[in-house]
Amino acid sequence: MSDVTSPSVPLLEEREELKKCMSISIDEVRKIAQLARIELTPEEQVRHAETISAVLDYMNILNEVDTTNVEPTFQVTGLENVYREDVVVESKLRDKLIAQMPEVEMEELVVPGVFE
Amino acid sequence: MNLNELAIVQAAEGLQKKDFTSVELTSACLARIHERNKDINAFITVCDELAIEEAKKADMMIAKGEAKPLTGIPFAVKDAICTAGVRSTGAGKILDNYTPPYDATVIKKIRDQGGVLIGKNNCDAFGHGASNENSMYGPVKNPHDLSKVAGGSSGGSAAAVADNMCIYAIAEDTGGSIRQPASFCGVVGLRPSYGRNSRYGIMPMASSLDTVGPLTKTVEDMAIVMQEIAGRDPLDATTVAYDEPPHPALSRGARGQQPPLLAGEVGVRARVGVPKEYFEIEGIDPEVKEITIEKIKLLKDSGCEIIDVSLPHTKYAIAVYYIIVPCEDSSNMARLDGIRYGVRNTEGRTLYDMYARSRDLGFPEEVKRRILIGTYALSAGYYDAYYKKAQQVRTLIRKDFDDVFKQVDVLITPTSPFPAFGVGEKASDPLAMYLADVMLSPASVAGVPALSVPAGKTKAGLPVGIQIIGARMDEGLVMQVGHQLSF
Repeated sequence: MSDVTSPSVPLLEEREELKKCMSISIDEVRKIAQLARIELTPEEQVRHAETISAVLDYMNILNEVDTTNVEPTFQVTGLENVYREDVVVESKLRDKLIAQMPEVEMEELVVPGVFE
Repeated sequence: MNLNELAIVQAAEGLQKKDFTSVELTSACLARIHERNKDINAFITVCDELAIEEAKKADMMIAKGEAKPLTGIPFAVKDAICTAGVRSTGAGKILDNYTPPYDATVIKKIRDQGGVLIGKNNCDAFGHGASNENSMYGPVKNPHDLSKVAGGSSGGSAAAVADNMCIYAIAEDTGGSIRQPASFCGVVGLRPSYGRNSRYGIMPMASSLDTVGPLTKTVEDMAIVMQEIAGRDPLDATTVAYDEPPHPALSRGARGQQPPLLAGEVGVRARVGVPKEYFEIEGIDPEVKEITIEKIKLLKDSGCEIIDVSLPHTKYAIAVYYIIVPCEDSSNMARLDGIRYGVRNTEGRTLYDMYARSRDLGFPEEVKRRILIGTYALSAGYYDAYYKKAQQVRTLIRKDFDDVFKQVDVLITPTSPFPAFGVGEKASDPLAMYLADVMLSPASVAGVPALSVPAGKTKAGLPVGIQIIGARMDEGLVMQVGHQLSF
């Protein structure tokens, strides 16, 4: 089974044209990719800048709508303050959860150092 | 007729009467999978041994007279739903090696009563897509024409049901992921009301929109499965409690003794609204329009009142949807980081490298795109312009539905403006792919139930689906109207 083929990368001269009219720049894409912890190749950065610009431009359609004094909808159920008893329940999944960890030493999760 | 071609009602009857066993029924489905999956690619994981083992247990339950409505019936599950002991990748390589230690609540309910898990369905990775081309395990092909997509994101589930590789399937619908593939593959698919079914154990995409629902061969089957999986779950605080089933269709029959919801009954005299905006959409296929109008006439002839209505904010639903989704998505996807489970890339030196490379290699392009859009839209200075604005327009879309359901009981529209498109046709244009959701997004952002039922086929032989939208928690009536359309 093969991965889905990626869309083609625009030619260099086309890219220069694109850069001028994009609502999100390649630099911005690089910055948000860093915030989101995703490594992107230079080609991917260009492609995302191009496609995300097209999507963001489309979103401008919402500016046609007058939303003065309209409350935002954050949920649709009408439920409020769903409480439950604060009871400790023993999980029987401990060993199975540990078995899913990428690296384990003495039943503890191993991760790269946070400080360099 | 081969056993794997049966619907739940007939399969359950055959098992009860001992015409055949669950092992035979399950073997028939497995044989079909092995014959067809190499062409269709509807399954990422097939549970050959486990399914036979579970079928044997089900046969014992039936022999002891302990059968429930779904006992012994083979079903498939979208790979973005957790299944205990069975690999669940979500069709993303970052979870290529992930075997959940627990079942999602809806799956537990089915397996506890002896439902036979036959395999895990291919889908767009973590639900990101409308064509099933964003799976990292290859696209799903439409059983009616292998050069066409199966739809997405639950394309594998729809294709598996359509091609008789299972009797029914459980999948999820955030913005059309059940309904659109159901229409492309010619099966029945329900997006339930938000809050009807528990999402515990579902890999989340957009938490204020995600729902879990079945794909079945008939509307009757749909009612049976819904009866078994619906209900409040302490593990999902958004589920809504209700003591009484919301509508007779959900209470009648579904307990086994009296299987057919409405069988033979014709004549729900519902007031059916036809929203003009859905029929004026640019690029709507004339055959799709024609088939839908035919079906509306049929409802009229059977005693329904047909009323022209308007939902003026329809055209803003896609923009609302594709802002809310990436925003909620970018935080939900943050949990997939290679730290506690899944595939960790260790080539880099630092913690940052580990995160960034694991996520680069583990997500397909569309998942990355949505994470980037969401991160951007939620970043300082943009929140009001995007997320808040979208949530305000969402309020107006909900109000459209509230207003219209004062005049009518249900709405009828096509499910998709066109039948299944070609594999690769829209793959390089994400915006074009988003726009394919035009008829699906409004019900999603409003949180109301919507059912897609097969309405006919185009001259080229591709299925066309018709969508029935109901008021919140009114899936009973939605199914009754859908059932009536099945004759």
